[in-house]
Amino acid sequence: MVLIYIDQSEGHIKKASFEAMSYGAKVAEQLGTVAEGLVLGQVNDDLAALGKYGVKKVHQVNNDALNHLDAQVYAKVIAEAVTATNANVVIFSHNQTGKAISSRVAARLKAGIVTGASSLPDTSNGFVVRKTVFSGKAFAHVNILSSIKVISLSPNSYTTTVGAGIAEVNQLNIAVDAPKVKVTAVNKVTGEIPLTEADIVVSGGRGMKGPENWGILLDLAKELGAATACSRPVGDAHWRPHHEHVGQTGIQIAPNLYIALGISGAIQHLAGVNRSKVIVVINKDPEAPFFKAADYGIVGDLFEVVPKLTEEIRKMKAS
Amino acid sequence: MKILVCVSKTPDTTSKIAFSDGNTKFDEAGVQWIINPYDEWYALVRAIELKEKDPSVVLHLVTVGGADTEPIIRKALALGGDEAIRVNANSSDSYYIASQIAAVIKDGGYDLILTGKETIDYNGSSIGGMVAELIDAPYLSLATQFNLEGTTATVTREIEGGEEVAEVALPVVVSCQKGVAEQRIPNMRGIMAARTKPLKVVEPVAADTLTAITGFELPPAKAGVKLVSPDNVAELVRLLHEEAKVI
Ligand SMILES: Cc1cc2nc3c(=O)[nH]c(=O)nc-3n(C[C@H](O)[C@H](O)[C@H](O)COP(=O)(O)OP(=O)(O)OC[C@H]3O[C@@H](n4cnc5c(N)ncnc54)[C@H](O)[C@@H]3O)c2cc1C
Ligand SMILES: Nc1ncnc2c1ncn2[C@@H]1O[C@H](COP(=O)(O)O)[C@@H](O)[C@H]1O
Repeated sequence: MVLIYIDQSEGHIKKASFEAMSYGAKVAEQLGTVAEGLVLGQVNDDLAALGKYGVKKVHQVNNDALNHLDAQVYAKVIAEAVTATNANVVIFSHNQTGKAISSRVAARLKAGIVTGASSLPDTSNGFVVRKTVFSGKAFAHVNILSSIKVISLSPNSYTTTVGAGIAEVNQLNIAVDAPKVKVTAVNKVTGEIPLTEADIVVSGGRGMKGPENWGILLDLAKELGAATACSRPVGDAHWRPHHEHVGQTGIQIAPNLYIALGISGAIQHLAGVNRSKVIVVINKDPEAPFFKAADYGIVGDLFEVVPKLTEEIRKMKAS
Repeated sequence: MKILVCVSKTPDTTSKIAFSDGNTKFDEAGVQWIINPYDEWYALVRAIELKEKDPSVVLHLVTVGGADTEPIIRKALALGGDEAIRVNANSSDSYYIASQIAAVIKDGGYDLILTGKETIDYNGSSIGGMVAELIDAPYLSLATQFNLEGTTATVTREIEGGEEVAEVALPVVVSCQKGVAEQRIPNMRGIMAARTKPLKVVEPVAADTLTAITGFELPPAKAGVKLVSPDNVAELVRLLHEEAKVI
C-alpha cells in the first residue's frame, strides 16, 4: 500500500498535497496496489472528497497535541500509522512540513528516503527515483534499497489529476506523546499567494532601482494572479521583505512561469528559479546572463515595458 | 554546555556541474570546494556567537568524509570552535551519515546540535531530522532565528505558510538558514590558531546504507531565448498564451 501524508495549514489541505496524492495514486497503480492518505490534527475540509485525487481511504489521527508541528511527536505517529496500515511506500511533499518530518519518519522506520523527488519510481531494476541535485543544476537517480521506501515529492513537479472517487474516512487510534516543543507565536502570511505554491511568480531585482518603483511590478502580478519575489540584494536592502528573496540562500521555487524584471541572473539567483517551467526575462542589458536561462525575453527598459505588458495581458484576458 | 555543528564539504556555488564515467560520477575537475554555506554562515557562526557570549561553551565540529575534507574543516576551525571530529567514511546515503553523527553525539554528550538546512550538492534536507530521531531529541527545522537562555532554546522557524516561534528544552537538533547569523570572514589570527586545534579522526560505526545513486543527468539544454522587441509587447503575451500556454 502507498500511504500519502496529507499536509494541512490552518485546517486546510494545500496544493502540494493534491499533487502528492495524485503522484501516490499513480505509484500505487504502477505497483498494483492502492493509495491511502494520512492526515494529522483537526481539518476543516471534507476528507472524503479527497478521493478524487486517487486515495481510497483517508486515515486521520485527531488529537489536540497535533495542532502544532513537533517533528518528534509527528514522526512517531506517522511511523506507527505506516505499520498499522501495512504501507510499504510513504510519500510526503517536500515543503516545510515535509522537510521537518519526512527524514525523521524514514530514520524511525529504517527506510531509505529520496527528498526533492521529481519522477515516478522506475521499478525495472530496483526502485529508482529521480531527484534534484546541485540546486537544480542536475538530477540524480537514486535507488532505494530498504523494504519500506520514503519519497518526498518536489512541489510543482507532478501534475494533479482529478477523478471521481470518494474516500472512506477512517479514524486511527494512535497514542500521541505530549509535545516538547512549545509554540509561542505563529505568523502566517495571509492574503498573499505563498511563493512556493504560486503558478506564476513576478520577481524584481536591483534594476527596479528602489522600493518606490514596485507599483508596476505589483500591478503586473495582480493582473496575472501571481506571487511576488525578489533577488537577494533587494531583500538585503529591505526594498522588499526577506521572505520574498529567491535563490541559493533564499527560497527555491518551481512555478510554471517566472518573470524576472531587472535581475542579472547570477548563478546563485538561478539556483532558486531554474526549475521554473517557463522563464521570461526583461532586462536592458542584452549581455545579462539571465537571457541564457530564459525561454522568452525582451531587451529593454523595464519601466517602459512592464506597464505595457500589464496592459496587453489585461487586453488578452478581456478578449 | 556542549555544542556540535555539522559541516560538510560542497562544490562552490559557481562550479560547473558535469559528470564522468557514463554519468555515474560527479566530475571534480577544476571544482573549488567550500564549506556548505548553510553550515558555515548560519550554523557555525551562530554557535561561535554563543561561545563568545559564554566562554564556558565547548564548541565542536563534525564532518563525515574522507581525508580530502580536512582543508575545509581547518577553514571552519579558522572561524571558531575548539576541536573538529572527522568520521572517516564516504557516503551519499543520509541514513549512513546521520548514524555516524548520532554516534559522535552519544559519545560526546552534546546539548545542542546545529546543522545547515541542506547541502547545496545533494539537497537532502534530511540529516538533521534523522540525527534527531536517532538520538530521540526534538528537531526544529528551517530556523531563521536562534536564541539560548540557560537550557531553553527559542527558535523562529519557517513553517508551511509562514513562520512561528517555538521554545524547547535542550538537547535539541536545529537546522539553520538565512537569518540565524551573518556571514563572517576568517581573520589571520583565526587561521593561525586553526592549525593547532585538534582534528580527531574516528572510524565509522557499523550502519546500513539505505539508498544508492545509480546515475546523474543534466537537465535538457534550453532551446535558446526567443527575443521579442520592446515595441511589440503584445507578441510576448501571445507567445505566453498560445505557445507556452502559461497564461
Ligand atoms: C554565496 C552567494 C549566495 C548568493 N545567494 C543569492 C540568492 O539566493 N539570490 C540572489 O538573488 N542572489 C544571491 N547572491 C547574489 C548574486 O550573486 C547577485 O549578486 C544578485 O543575484 C544580483 O542581484 P540583481 O540581479 O538584482 O542585481 P544586479 O546584478 O545589479 O542586476 C541588475 C540588473 O538589472 C538590469 N537593469 C538595470 N536597470 C534596468 C532597467 N531600467 N530596465 C531593465 N533592466 C535594468 C541590469 O542590466 C542588471 O542586469 C548570492 C551571492 C553569493 C556569493
Ligand atoms: N557528510 C556530512 N558530515 C557532516 N554533516 C553533514 C554531512 N552531510 C550533511 N551534513 C549536515 O546536514 C545538513 C543537511 O544536509 P542534507 O540533509 O544532506 O541536505 C548539512 O547542512 C550539514 O550541516
